[in-house]
Amino acid sequence: MQIVIVGLSHRTAPVELRERVAFTADTARHAASALAERCAMDEAVVLSTCNRSEVYGVRREPGPDAASLERFFAEYHHVAPERLNGCLYFRHDVEAVRHLFRVAAGLDSLLLGETEILGQVREAYRLAADSGSTGPVLNRLFQAAIEAGKRVRAETELSARPISVAGAAVKLAEQVFGQLERHSAMIVGAGEVAQQVAAQMRHRSIRQLWIVSRQREHAEDLARRAGGETFGWEQLGGVLSRPDILVASVAAEQPVVTTAMLSAAMAEREHRSMFLLDLGVPRNIEPAAADLYNLYLYDIDHLTGIVEQNRLYRERETPRAEAIIAAQVAKFQAWSAGQGTADLVDELRGRLDARRRRLLQENQDAFAHLGPEERERIDRFTEKLLDELLREPTGRLRRAQSWRQRVQQIETLRALFGLDSEDD
Amino acid sequence: MPGHWNFVALALYLASLGLYLRFLYTGRRLTGQLAALALGLGLAGHYLALVARSHSVHSVPYNDLHGSLSLFGWLLGATYLGLELYYHQRAMGAFVVPFIVLLYTLGTWPGHAVPATTQERGALFALHVTLSILAYAAFALAFVVSGIYLLQDRRLRRHSPGDVVWRFPALDGLERMSRGSVLVGLVSLGAGVALGLIWQRRIQGHFQIADPKVLVTVLMFALYAGYLRVSHAGGWRGARASLLCLLNFLIVIFSYAVVNVYLSRFHRYY
Repeated sequence: MQIVIVGLSHRTAPVELRERVAFTADTARHAASALAERCAMDEAVVLSTCNRSEVYGVRREPGPDAASLERFFAEYHHVAPERLNGCLYFRHDVEAVRHLFRVAAGLDSLLLGETEILGQVREAYRLAADSGSTGPVLNRLFQAAIEAGKRVRAETELSARPISVAGAAVKLAEQVFGQLERHSAMIVGAGEVAQQVAAQMRHRSIRQLWIVSRQREHAEDLARRAGGETFGWEQLGGVLSRPDILVASVAAEQPVVTTAMLSAAMAEREHRSMFLLDLGVPRNIEPAAADLYNLYLYDIDHLTGIVEQNRLYRERETPRAEAIIAAQVAKFQAWSAGQGTADLVDELRGRLDARRRRLLQENQDAFAHLGPEERERIDRFTEKLLDELLREPTGRLRRAQSWRQRVQQIETLRALFGLDSEDD
Repeated sequence: MPGHWNFVALALYLASLGLYLRFLYTGRRLTGQLAALALGLGLAGHYLALVARSHSVHSVPYNDLHGSLSLFGWLLGATYLGLELYYHQRAMGAFVVPFIVLLYTLGTWPGHAVPATTQERGALFALHVTLSILAYAAFALAFVVSGIYLLQDRRLRRHSPGDVVWRFPALDGLERMSRGSVLVGLVSLGAGVALGLIWQRRIQGHFQIADPKVLVTVLMFALYAGYLRVSHAGGWRGARASLLCLLNFLIVIFSYAVVNVYLSRFHRYY
């Protein structure tokens, strides 16, 4: 049995190539069947995200080499094989297992520790399982990968701290207010990062979201997408006291929110805490406003600095995540070795039994003088003898303490009995 | 001499402190869970030590300064553990458990317990003292929570969250925890004082209002009630109220350390 992966990712291929070889849900199903057919795979799963396209396969018998898998990739996507040169990677067996577990844990992602990939791995597996292209090995492998991803998320802080500006902004707001469900926010301007912040806050079920923009239609467009309400630009000064979180992202030469405006707003809201994000360059909120009581003001440089700190922190968490992956890989190997043991015992017994029957057949003249009952007795006796001879070695194999020991013993037995040869 | 439960409890408290500190550094969930478990077991051991002390003096186990400190530590731990379980926040353990260890150590060594007088027995007296010390424990917890609020506030205002801020509860939550602790403290203190007055009237036939302890307790009540009032008020809510809560704890220390020992005739240890 061999587990193989062929694919490319953001580490090996530019986006132009990645988008050429991406799979949709439908093509992923079809590709899994095509792979099974063309490359003699017994099981197959296709994992496709914006940063990677990978095909996972299992073959019980020795099959096509890496070149044929590369050819499959090229032909399936109608890409010239030379374009894939150096971009595709191949992994086998334990390296393939480790690769998938690292992918599921976010260790191979563009943004280290991102959590979306775990859902994508789960979805890829679900699609393949629904279409019937998985079997016992890939079922086990993907379930173990999902478990590995969950463990890394739960037991390390690899994904705990945000490493995007929008994510850091929302997390900081949560450090002031806790859950955002009971709080409100106002977005001033409709810049890209402001839109991301709005989306994240909506995702966190913020109670109320207001959009203020110089261009009313921009405000209404964002309000429609993010599920908020709008205020006219001229109303800004009058409504500043309403939100708990204010995000400013406007192209303006001068600050659009002054200390005096905020001072009045804070008095009106009885100095309840206010969290301000100034994403504008030049800045949209007067820096002196940071001195106001119970007001927390962050500009883009503050957020970038925090994002960088968090990124370094995630890198420091990597060894702990790798240790969990190593443990999960060992666990899968143990299961795999157990599977190998059962297969080997069946195969060994089958082969020896075939020889026994052949031997009896070849020597049937010697038993010609015996009646059917006695011949039956000899058949049963030789069968029992075979079982007795196999009992001790197969028992020892099953009782092997470590998966490494078990794998070693399996390999020894295969070599001694010539189980990999086609002689029989 | 301290019994074996004392050593078991101390070992568990120290293990809990080590685990809470490690949790603060690494954020590992399992470490946090083990820290809480060690604290819970430490409290169980501490409880058994208090029971043993109670048996030896045939009264409540806090009829001297040591016993009183020990109960203070136990109630602080129990209150904190309740808060931790309710809010699912473990980062504060590293700041609370040192107080528990300190109070426990001071309360346990040297361990000779003084037998109680006849007057210092009975359910009324026990409730009076227990509720009063529970109030001190709640105020101590509010003190720690307010300290963390100020630390968190300072970090956030300076735009340098560092490693620890992400593990602390939100400022909003810290404020609610502090107010909640003070509210528990005020209710316990009020009930404790009322029961004390009833007990005194039964024993002595009159109320002894002029005792310094009573006067300081009234002041303590007023200061914490004032904190509760201003923590909702504009211009005070947030860091200023937390600072007030922090300073209010000085009156608890004064009441416990100075008034009990040097000024009050009736309230020696509680």
